[in-house]
This record gives sequence, C-alpha cells and structure tokens, in this order.
Amino acid sequence: MRLRGLIRKEFLQVLRDPSSIAIAFLMPVLLLLLFGYGVSLDAEHVPVALVAEQPNADTESFAGAFRQSRYLSPVGMPGMREAVAAMNNRRVDAIIRLKEDFSRRMRSPDGAAIQVIVNGIDANNARLVQGYVEGVWSKWLQSEALAGGRPLDIPVQVEERVWFNSELKSRNFIVPGLIAIIMTLIGALLTAMVMAREWERGTMEALMVTPVTIREVIVGKLIPYYILGMGGMALSVVMAVGLFGVPLKGSLWVLFLASSLFLLTALGMGMLISVVARNQFVAGQAAIIVTFLPAFILSGFLFDISSMPAPVQVITHAVAARYFIAILQTLFLAGDVWPVILPNAAALILMAGFFLGLARKKSRKSLD
Amino acid sequence: MTLPDVHAITEPGDIALAADGITKKFVSGSREVLALRGVSMKVRRGLVTGLIGPDGAGKTTLMRMAAGLLTPDEGKISVLGIDATRNSLEVQSSIGYMPQRFGLYEDLSVQENLDLYADLKGVSLNDRPGRYRELMTMTGLGPFTSRLAGRLSGGMKQKLGLACTLVNPPRLLILDEPTVGVDPVSRRELWSIVYRLVKDEGMSVLLSTAYLDEAERCDDVIVLHDGKILGSGPPNSFSGPMKGRTYRVSVPSLKNRTLQERLAGRPGVVDALVQGEAVRLVMKDAGLQEAAKLMNGMEGALIEPVAPRFEDSFISLLREDRPAAVQSEAATGKIASAAVSKNGETIIEVKDLQRRFGDFYAVKGVTFGVRRGEVFGLLGANGAGKSTTFRMLCGLLPPSGGKLSVAGVDLRRAAASARARIGYMSQKFSLYGNLSVRQNLDFFSSAYGLSGIRRTEMIEWALRQFGLAPVAGSTSADLPLGFKQRLAMACALMHAPDIIFLDEPTSGVDPLARREFWRRIDSLVEHGVTVLVTTHFMEEAEYCDRMAIMAAGEILAIGSPSEIKSLARTTELPEPTLEDAFIALITGKTEGAAA
Repeated sequence: MRLRGLIRKEFLQVLRDPSSIAIAFLMPVLLLLLFGYGVSLDAEHVPVALVAEQPNADTESFAGAFRQSRYLSPVGMPGMREAVAAMNNRRVDAIIRLKEDFSRRMRSPDGAAIQVIVNGIDANNARLVQGYVEGVWSKWLQSEALAGGRPLDIPVQVEERVWFNSELKSRNFIVPGLIAIIMTLIGALLTAMVMAREWERGTMEALMVTPVTIREVIVGKLIPYYILGMGGMALSVVMAVGLFGVPLKGSLWVLFLASSLFLLTALGMGMLISVVARNQFVAGQAAIIVTFLPAFILSGFLFDISSMPAPVQVITHAVAARYFIAILQTLFLAGDVWPVILPNAAALILMAGFFLGLARKKSRKSLD
Repeated sequence: MTLPDVHAITEPGDIALAADGITKKFVSGSREVLALRGVSMKVRRGLVTGLIGPDGAGKTTLMRMAAGLLTPDEGKISVLGIDATRNSLEVQSSIGYMPQRFGLYEDLSVQENLDLYADLKGVSLNDRPGRYRELMTMTGLGPFTSRLAGRLSGGMKQKLGLACTLVNPPRLLILDEPTVGVDPVSRRELWSIVYRLVKDEGMSVLLSTAYLDEAERCDDVIVLHDGKILGSGPPNSFSGPMKGRTYRVSVPSLKNRTLQERLAGRPGVVDALVQGEAVRLVMKDAGLQEAAKLMNGMEGALIEPVAPRFEDSFISLLREDRPAAVQSEAATGKIASAAVSKNGETIIEVKDLQRRFGDFYAVKGVTFGVRRGEVFGLLGANGAGKSTTFRMLCGLLPPSGGKLSVAGVDLRRAAASARARIGYMSQKFSLYGNLSVRQNLDFFSSAYGLSGIRRTEMIEWALRQFGLAPVAGSTSADLPLGFKQRLAMACALMHAPDIIFLDEPTSGVDPLARREFWRRIDSLVEHGVTVLVTTHFMEEAEYCDRMAIMAAGEILAIGSPSEIKSLARTTELPEPTLEDAFIALITGKTEGAAA
C-alpha cells in the first residue's frame, strides 16, 4: 500500500509538472529531429571547382561524370585564379584541375594526370571529398575505356560492398545511439532532479517520518521513472523506424531487455547523485557532467572509440552508455548478434548492480 | 491513603517523550556548530508542551531526533517508551510529525495529499472515508479537496499539513513551528484544533514556536536557547517570579521612545520596551518603590503595575544567561544622515497602488502616506502583499496601477534618483555569505557610489556603530543571526539614506537582539530618518508610530497601535491586543462580504 501510494504520487507529479514531461517526451522528439535531420556525418553535394584549362569533348565528358555524382556538385571555373579565390572564400571545398594537355596525354601510354586540391580545414570532410573524387575519376576512366574498346590497365578492381549499413547513412548509426542518450537523461538527470526537489521542498522530511522504509522510497522512485524511461525509448524506436526508416534487424525482446538493463544503471546513477546532491541545481550539474556528457562523447555514439587516445579508451570502459550503444547499433543494423550482445549485456548487469547497490547502501532514512 | 502528586513526573507511563543528555554537533565546511549541548527534557502525556526559542536554538534538531531522523552524538531519546534512534521505524509509525514547511506536495491536490499520507501510514481503506470527513470538518478544508495544495493560502496549507499528519491518529504529535508566517486567525484555529486533539483524543503534543506569546497557551513550556535549556515548567512557573516586577509607565512630556531610552540599561531594569504610547518596564526585583525611584524628576510620571507576560521572564532568563553580552551601548553616535528634521511633511505617498501577477492581485487598491521621521509598519501574514508593496516602493518592481511617490519623486518615472535616498534591507538579509564583514561593507559602500575618505569613514562608522569591529574579518555566513542582521542593516545605511525599508528585519532573531535592533532604529528616527518596516510579529508592531494591517493584498486598517487596538475594544475584552484587533478586522471583513 505504501509503495502504491508513492508510485501514484510520482505519476501525478510527472503529469502535472511540465518539466518532467518535457524531459521524458519532448526532449526525445527534439533530439531525434535534431540529430535525424540536422546532423549528418556524410558529405553530399559538396561544391567543387572544376577547372578545364582547355575545354573540349574529353573535359566535358569528365565534368559530366561529376555532375552525375550525388556527393559532389561541380562548378565550372575558367582558370585557377578564380578557383583559388573561391576556395579561399569557402565557396568550394575542392579544386579539380585538368591541364591543357589533358586530352593529348589521356591517349598516351602514360595517361593523363589530374590535380585535386582539397580544403584540409575539416580533415574528416577532406578525406571524404578526396575519396569521392577518386571514385568518380576511376569510374569515368572505366567508362571511357569501355567506350573506346580499350582494355583498362588497372591491375586490381576494387568491388566495394558495405555490410550492416549498406546505404552508409550516418543517420542509421546515430539514431539508435540517441536512445541511450535519451534514457540517460530520463534515468539519471530526471531522477536525480526529482529526488533533489523533494529535499528542497521539505517533502522528503515529511516522507521520512512516516513508517515507509528507505527501500520503499527508492523503489517508489525507480518504478515510475523506469516506466517513463521505457516510454521515452519506445517513442524513440517508433520514430527511428517510422520517421527515419532506420532498419531494426534484431528482435524486440532483446531490445527491451537490454534497454531495461541500461535504464536500471542510469536510475542507479541518478539515485546515487541524489544521495549527495540535495538541491536541484547541483543534482542537474552533477548528472550532466558524470552521466550525460560521457554518454554523449565517450560512448561511441558520435565518435569512434577505437580512434581515441589509449588512456581515453580505458576511461570509456566506465561509461555504461558505451555497452548499451554497442548493443543498440548491433540490434538495429545487424541483428541478434550474440557474441556482441552478451558481453555488453554482462557489463551492463554488473554496472546496474553496482550503482543500485551503492545507492541503496548510501541512502539512509535520516537527515544526518 | 495519600493521593499521588499530580505533578510528580516519576511514573514512566506519564511520559510521552524523554530526552537525556542530548548533544549534537553539525559540521559545515570548516565550521562546527553545537546545536544541542546536553539537553534533558520530558514531555508529559495528554498535554501540550511548547518548545520555545529563537531561530538556531536547536528546536528543529531536537524534534527531528524525536522523530528518529537524526542521531544524537551523545545521550538518549525515547518516544512513547521506544528508543527513537535505534527503533526509528517503530517510533515513526506511532507519532505524527509536521515539518516546518508542512511537507506537502504542492502539485498534488488536497485529496491526493491525504491519500498519499493515508497510504504511507497504512490507514485501511475502510477507515478512510470516516477519518477524512472528520479531518475536513476539523480543518474546514472540505470545500477545497480538489484544489492543488500549492494554490492554498498559508493558513490552509498549515491545516492541510496538520490533517496529513493526523490521518492516522498518532499518540504523540510533533509540530515544528506550525504557526510561523500564518495569519493570526489561522493561528488561533490551529490552537483550537490542537486543544481538541488533546482533550478528545488524548493526544500528547510537542510544538515549537518562536512566538513568545504562544507560550502562555501551552501546559508546559521548555525554553531552549543556544542549544541549552534555560528553563522548563508550566507557564505560570515562569511568570510567577515576575510578579510585581512589571509596570506600564508613561510621562506626558516625553515621547515613548525617549522615555524608553532613558530607562533601558539603568540599574535594576531588566527590560524597557515601547508599547503603544507607553513603556513597558520590567524590574530586576519586585516592588513599586524601585520602579518609582527611576521615575524621579519626570513630571507627571504615571506608573501602574501590569500582569507579567512570558516574554518578560524569557528576557530575564536570557539576561541571566549572558548578562553583559549584548547590552552594548545604545550609542546613537553621530548619524551621518543628511536628513533634516522637518518632521510632519509627507515623504511617501501611495495611492490606489496595484500589482497583478497574471490574474492574481498581490496588491490591490492600497493607499497610505508616511510622514518624515515616522516609523510606519506593514503588518500581515505571509502572502498578504507586504513584500510586494515594499518592492514597488523601492522601485524594484513596477506597479500595475496607481500612484507612488517617494521623497517627492514619482517612482514610475525616476526610480533611480529616488533609490539614492532609500536604504533597503531585504528579507533573510541578502549578504554575500562568503565575503567577510568588512568586504561586504566595502562592496555595498562602493555599490552606493561612496569613495575616498567618505567611504572609509562610513565603514568605520558602521563597524563601530553596529558592534561589528570584533568580527570585521570573519566570513559573514558564519556569523550568528543577530550579527548578520546588524551587518545587513549597516549595509543598507552606507549611503546615509533618509528613508529605510526593512523587510521582516527581526524574523528569527532572539528577543534581546530584537530589542537592540529597535534601539538602533530609534536612534535613526531621532535624527529624522523615516522607517518603513514589515513584520508578521504582532508584538513588534507596537514599536511603530502608525501602521497598516494588510490581508490578501488590501489594507484593512491604518492608525496608531492604540487606535487599531481600540477597534476591537468590547465589554468582554477591555484590553485587546493587536492580535485581537487583527482577528476582529479580518472576521469583520469576511462577515461584511458575506452579508
């Protein structure tokens, strides 16, 4: 009866408090829209300057190949001077220069060379553009050779095939990761804040003098925010699949179990923060610094863990979101791949046990 | 056959709560506070016991220990025969405890709050309807069960808090400052509920309060100060020794404040305080002669014995406790104020002032005027609109309607130029807690644009005048409340304003510090400074020349304390207190509205 009372109270409070609703439901929608539409790690329609020093049929055919690419949008420039100026103004991200002897040398045994200048400020982008240009170049060479009936003297043909995210859409990779971020927000940030609010408003003192046990107080917070967190997750999954067309290859029950494990870990962290932080400001700051930011940066959500410096890689092992994101990305893009899911799930079980246990141990029914 | 002595507290069955040698220390940062030092006390069954003392005396700490929420460093506390520290859950299921802020969930409705506490306290579903009905009748909250607790008035919140505490009838009821900040009508209602619980349900009640006049309503009183018990027993055991030591004196040729200043601190005088047009005098020893001797040479002096109050004995207990500590010189010194004594001219004019927040009127149609050199009080419960009025007068909050001029300046147009002549001391003494006393003074003097010699002079003046020199280097957050209050006052006076606004200046400080504070105010007034003060302490309003009683954003009456009191004079009540008058005004208003 006591537990039921606490849970009902918590739900009533969530319903009446716009900020809880905002964190639980508005924030997922906002984050999904923002990351789904706004953030893309792919380069598309990158403006490049195309300088043909002596325009002719060959250069025109070459330019045509570029126009067909959806990654690049070429802009014809009469000379290098204009192209460099455009690059300096950041109107184009690369310059492709076809020298005046392009046509002649193309037909010579040595072949023609093209000059590609890439803006290196954004290294990631530069590498992508470079790759795209090379791809278009080799494709064009191939079709030219076919048209001319000549054998192509490239010794090795690369036949690329991408597994697990065959369209190579970064969205498919980011959106599942967002679920972990959203659950961190609800589990740790919201829980720590509502506990702190009870301290701030003096209701915790009133609760504590009733015959409730501290276990009931904790469980009475865990259950409502568990349900809220799972609701946020369900909303994100529906949006991911329905709106963004992210495939969900794995099974739902594995997703449910893995999410529960992670959510319990996040709730444990939130409860632990509230043991120390008894006002909402401190609780919010603490939750953002120790749970949200690591989940954002150190979990492999946006940045690849294997390319981080070794000491940072070691730290990422303490970030619960890391394991959950590994599971999520596998579940969405590859399926129920047990060798990936099981070890990560085991790590989550350990972390959930650790944080919940510690929170239980540290919270006492006392104002000391 | 001998009858047992009624007052013998020997049989354990008589005792609802017993504390034995309780000591408790709190550590915050580098600072250690000894909240309780060896406190031993008993609460008798079936009676109302009052725990009385100023803020920081240790009342809340002691009550939390009784509720099993804090562990004593030393000593033992047992509640209803159960060790409150070791078996706290068992204690918690048989007591009711209402914390200071009532412990209500403001975003839940009245009914939902009740349901929650009924769930938590294990009230069976069958018993609920009956119990709810009883509680709603008792508290008068019946018509408001679906209203959110946050939307209730202070007095209604207090009653809901009490109802939640009582949802499962406890054997011991512990109430932590249940009457602070609520209006006198609600206070009276709370007391009548408490009496009924004791009488009809045989409950034992332990109640803490900072209002000294409430002591007289208790069966037993425990006076706590600085973590020590100064005295305990029935109220008359306190007032008994005061018999023949309390007088009301007046001299036609002298103003009440001047008379008070002459009497205070004289040998044999424990306390002298302004009360209406007269001065209340408390002597060290009984006997009219002693008191009359003081009045020698004052023409037409009138002296009459009056009944002692609890406050008199509290003051004399405090003076015994620390005889010379706070009795610093009443030193007026040279107030650096530029104010010219042109008493009588109206310096603050407020006409039909309004302030709206959304569709809620915090202040509506307030009109009053304050003359130069006057002490004008705004009296009312929390939420009556006092602070809102104040903020508008200081130009901190734009009014939604009405006229407002301070020192001849229309605040709607030139707030900044009026502000230079205003000193404002806000509720809770807004100081920079992590700065030292001197740094606070430095900051505020520069904020008011003082520089060079003038600034150094003013800081020295403040340190001397307010007795802050010995603590000039201490961090202000670590100071006792009385010092903080003096520092806040000094900061508000750095630019020698001719009008000062004091928002709840003495809330929570002990009565000695309050007296000292008013002596400083008096000396400012002597020099032509105008003082506006808000308070919810009825007794404090006695210090004012004139006052306005506010409730729900409106002024109910304006006048001198004796004029206001006379409004409530009836044949049954020939000597009404300000509180009586307040209650008469409020009930009169609601009756008028109902008619």
